[in-house]
Amino acid sequence: MNEIVDVCVVGAGHAGCEAALACARLGLETVIFTVSIDSIAMMPCNPNIGGTSKGHLVREIDALGGEMGKNIDKTFIQSKMLNKSKGPAVHSLRAQADKAEYSRAMRKVLENQEHLTIKQAEVCEIISENITDDEKKETIHIIKGVKTFTGTVYECKAVILCTGTYLKARCLCGEAITYTGPNGLQPANYLTDSLKNLGIEIRRFKTGTPARMDKRSIDFEKMEEQFGDERIVPFSFSTNPEDVQIDQISCWLTYTNEKTHEIIRNNLDRSPIYAGVIEGTGPRYCPSIEDKVVKFADKERHQVFIEPEGLHTNEMYVGGMSSSLPEDVQIAMYRTVPGLEHCKIVRNAYAIEYDCIDPKQLYPTLEFKKIKGLFSAGQFNGSSGYEEAAAQGLLAGINAARMILGKEPVTLDRSQAYIGVLVDDLVTKENLEPYRMMTSRAEYRLLLRQDNADLRLRDIGFEVGLVSKEQYDATVHKKELIDMEIERLKNTVIGASKEHQKFMEAHGSSLLKTAANLAELMCRPELSYDILSEIDTERKWLPEDVIEQVEIEIKYQGYIERQLKQVEQFKKMEKKQIPSDLDYQDIGSLRLEARQKLSAYKPVSVGQASRISGVSPADISVLLIYMEQKYAK
Amino acid sequence: MKTSTIAAISTAMTNSGIAIIRISGEEAIPIVHSVFVNKKNQKCLDSYRSHTIHYGYIVDEKGVSVDEVMVSVMKAPHSYTMEDIVEINCHGGVYIVQKIMEIVIHAGARAAEPGEFTKRAFLNGRIDLSRAEAVMDIISSKNEFALQSSMQMLKGSLFHLIKNIREEILYEIAFIESALDDPEHISLENYPEKLHEKSSSLCEKLKKLLDSAHDGKLLKEGIQTVIVGKPNVGKSSFLNLLIGDEKAIVTDIAGTTRDILEETISLGGITLNITDTAGIRNTDDIVEKIGVERAKKVLEEADLVIYMIDASTPIDENDFDIIHMIADKKAIILLNKSDLDVCVTEEEIGTYFSDNRKIIRTSMTQEEGMDCFTKTVKDMFLEGKISYNDEVYITNIRHKEAIKDAYESMLQVKKSIENSMPEDFYSIDLMSAYASLGTIIGEEVGEDLVNEIFSKFCMGK
Repeated sequence: MNEIVDVCVVGAGHAGCEAALACARLGLETVIFTVSIDSIAMMPCNPNIGGTSKGHLVREIDALGGEMGKNIDKTFIQSKMLNKSKGPAVHSLRAQADKAEYSRAMRKVLENQEHLTIKQAEVCEIISENITDDEKKETIHIIKGVKTFTGTVYECKAVILCTGTYLKARCLCGEAITYTGPNGLQPANYLTDSLKNLGIEIRRFKTGTPARMDKRSIDFEKMEEQFGDERIVPFSFSTNPEDVQIDQISCWLTYTNEKTHEIIRNNLDRSPIYAGVIEGTGPRYCPSIEDKVVKFADKERHQVFIEPEGLHTNEMYVGGMSSSLPEDVQIAMYRTVPGLEHCKIVRNAYAIEYDCIDPKQLYPTLEFKKIKGLFSAGQFNGSSGYEEAAAQGLLAGINAARMILGKEPVTLDRSQAYIGVLVDDLVTKENLEPYRMMTSRAEYRLLLRQDNADLRLRDIGFEVGLVSKEQYDATVHKKELIDMEIERLKNTVIGASKEHQKFMEAHGSSLLKTAANLAELMCRPELSYDILSEIDTERKWLPEDVIEQVEIEIKYQGYIERQLKQVEQFKKMEKKQIPSDLDYQDIGSLRLEARQKLSAYKPVSVGQASRISGVSPADISVLLIYMEQKYAK
Repeated sequence: MKTSTIAAISTAMTNSGIAIIRISGEEAIPIVHSVFVNKKNQKCLDSYRSHTIHYGYIVDEKGVSVDEVMVSVMKAPHSYTMEDIVEINCHGGVYIVQKIMEIVIHAGARAAEPGEFTKRAFLNGRIDLSRAEAVMDIISSKNEFALQSSMQMLKGSLFHLIKNIREEILYEIAFIESALDDPEHISLENYPEKLHEKSSSLCEKLKKLLDSAHDGKLLKEGIQTVIVGKPNVGKSSFLNLLIGDEKAIVTDIAGTTRDILEETISLGGITLNITDTAGIRNTDDIVEKIGVERAKKVLEEADLVIYMIDASTPIDENDFDIIHMIADKKAIILLNKSDLDVCVTEEEIGTYFSDNRKIIRTSMTQEEGMDCFTKTVKDMFLEGKISYNDEVYITNIRHKEAIKDAYESMLQVKKSIENSMPEDFYSIDLMSAYASLGTIIGEEVGEDLVNEIFSKFCMGK
């Protein structure tokens, strides 16, 4: 049986949902496949969305017209702006989700999206056609469709792989090994071989999750209560802040101790990782409790966060204690923690291994270099995290759609968005473990703030067609208000009158030697926009988010300008495109290592080439000259 | 902010009559304008027509005249690079040329990469496409060489000092970044005070380094010279004689361990940077192999080899090893202990080499043959058989700029703390300091930070 559609999305996790919604919303007939309809947008690990740098990603997804931000605004049960005492660039929003509600709400969006069909089926084979390019003596694969386990062929023009941790998945809990996906779901055991037949290189990664406990068995008296923020900021730029001021649920903080560590140390030989049973590479940034105890032996205790999984369940997530130790050791270890002495485990902690790819096989559009029409996103690309997955899903969806519609692809660079940093790191750098976003990975982070994601990206979302005219106009208007207000502050002069000096004194600020404008005064650490209202007589009311931008842009102007200059330099090299048919073996003057690396990565721009490890500035000079010689005129 | 205007010393770095410093790029004219005055002490370079040459002085930032020069102006596109070019014809003393180069860089130019003038000439369409291949080869090989020699020229102790400072900086960045990424596990409370202290101490270290750089002590200037020979042939006595007689200039940077194997001496006005392989050979019996490997490496980098033979004992296998190793090096052979019963002759040694080698009879105990040695070195230098490495001066200037940048970044860290800026701003300047110092020891930033975060700090989840 043959069905004919435009796009097939394989997998309905956070990447798959964004990819499918983007394609369908751009008018393409789209099918999204999942092994279980009940696992759409499932959160198999931590019960939150956002967090440091991940919050930035969610904001950016929203600015571009994705769904994640809107969905968490509908289903969160606690919200916090992290790093509030630090600079604006590292403020990060994090919300605790009601997992079941999050999943249900996303499913509802998918189910009601025009042009989108949900199909419960396992995709087993990618169907492609081979075309031989005589000139390059290379075989190019072109996507034709997918085939499900039950034999139906879906003919399509683009396939987006978002298989998460399902490919040949294996779960480990001590000596007990099951061949299942997360939460005991059915794994996908056939697709890997089909991908290998297409020449895709597969590798194996590992990740893990802690136990879930019965709320009734926990003694919260012995823990510190963790509240949400008083005033909640929504994720989505389209959500009315008044709609999210809900009653919040608390999280709880407790600690491991020497006893916990002793039990772990005594049972290390039964951990599949330390016993060498696990072959996949795990992430350093979310280590299992075994790893923490071994690697940081001098730490007397580690934090443990007890977080609710939702409003309508008694399950509690034990953050900070993921593990793959056997069940009996898990119980003994958890019960040493204050408040968990009598805990009952609902779901055991486990490690999961899965097949994924080295993303250097992809263009920054997330299309495979060797297979036209095949895109991929999320954990399949070697990343980790719901937000990282969603961001890639959205980008892959947009580009699959644009390819079919005959439009130029959309890529984001490192100076535009965290999504740009994420994708560039994935496709350009050597990634040996599941990749997690971090603010330190963004070199222009002062510009890439979560508060200005709309100002940075709304126009791209609008151009693509996922942002409405109304939303776009709102952003343009906001930008105008910001610029006008900054201009006004720069032009409003405050004289050194008695009254003004008194104001300065009252706020612990040095007295005015000459007249100064309001912008200059705002740069003083002890003064702010709010404080200055007293002497700013002509001020008109402005929305909170406008004032926030005005304040940041004035207070950190020096630093922001410095980064803008760096970006200017950076853009020069990004703009120099490298033709995809360039044969590096032809460039005799390139060092052998550089030739090999460049041939393997096939960078799209000179900028990207310069970030590949093993390619030196001299190699870049040589490359520039070669290109000039070959492509001039 | 550095512009893309580049400067280089275009003539060989010898104490010749004149030297030329060439500056190319959009800012070439304004940059030289800011450091050049004519006879009447006026700054007027920017008003000169293209392809004209002018007499005047180069002045430093305090307005003090450094040298009497001729300056030629060539405006775009009628120049080698097709950009504005200014050439400063100055007096050829190594010190003067270096000083002017520094002034030009201080005024906003950047030291050109090897082959960069030619690269610009090509990219701007000045050089024929058929020569592209040659241009690429030059850039490739010159950069490789510059990178290697830049590392080799750096004194061993300095290398470690910079590495240590960088490590200290990286640790601080990693700490800040882990706290930003995982605020619930890692707290920055009271950290700014600690960092302020740390930054002050780092600033001090960098300041010292910078002062050393001003005295030109960063690099192994001079002719790289190695003394080789079997144990007990008199190498150390020879070195002691050289040092004692010539009041050796022993370079060291305060606060660092002096590398005992290296001595810088001035021999009749020629600077020799001497490595004594004695220490290496002494460990022969224990780790024969390692000793030989190290000696080989030092030999490879040497411009001049002094091979010392005990004339009173017959040539043996060890000597043949050495002779083999120095077969294609510039070498002076000393037949030492010539005051004893001599059994090795000049004729015999001569047969072991395919070309003519200068052979001198010496006696360290009688202090004989030293004058002849000095004269030989002088002759070789004057005949151009051995010369200073030009790259050393440029490298010194580059290193100095890099240390200065790092120092200024660290001052900025302190200032940010004093102004109670948020913590994430500290890591911006810490990172630039880290990157600047990296350029000196040839290390890029890459994944250092992420690795440091994960290895030093326990992240949550």
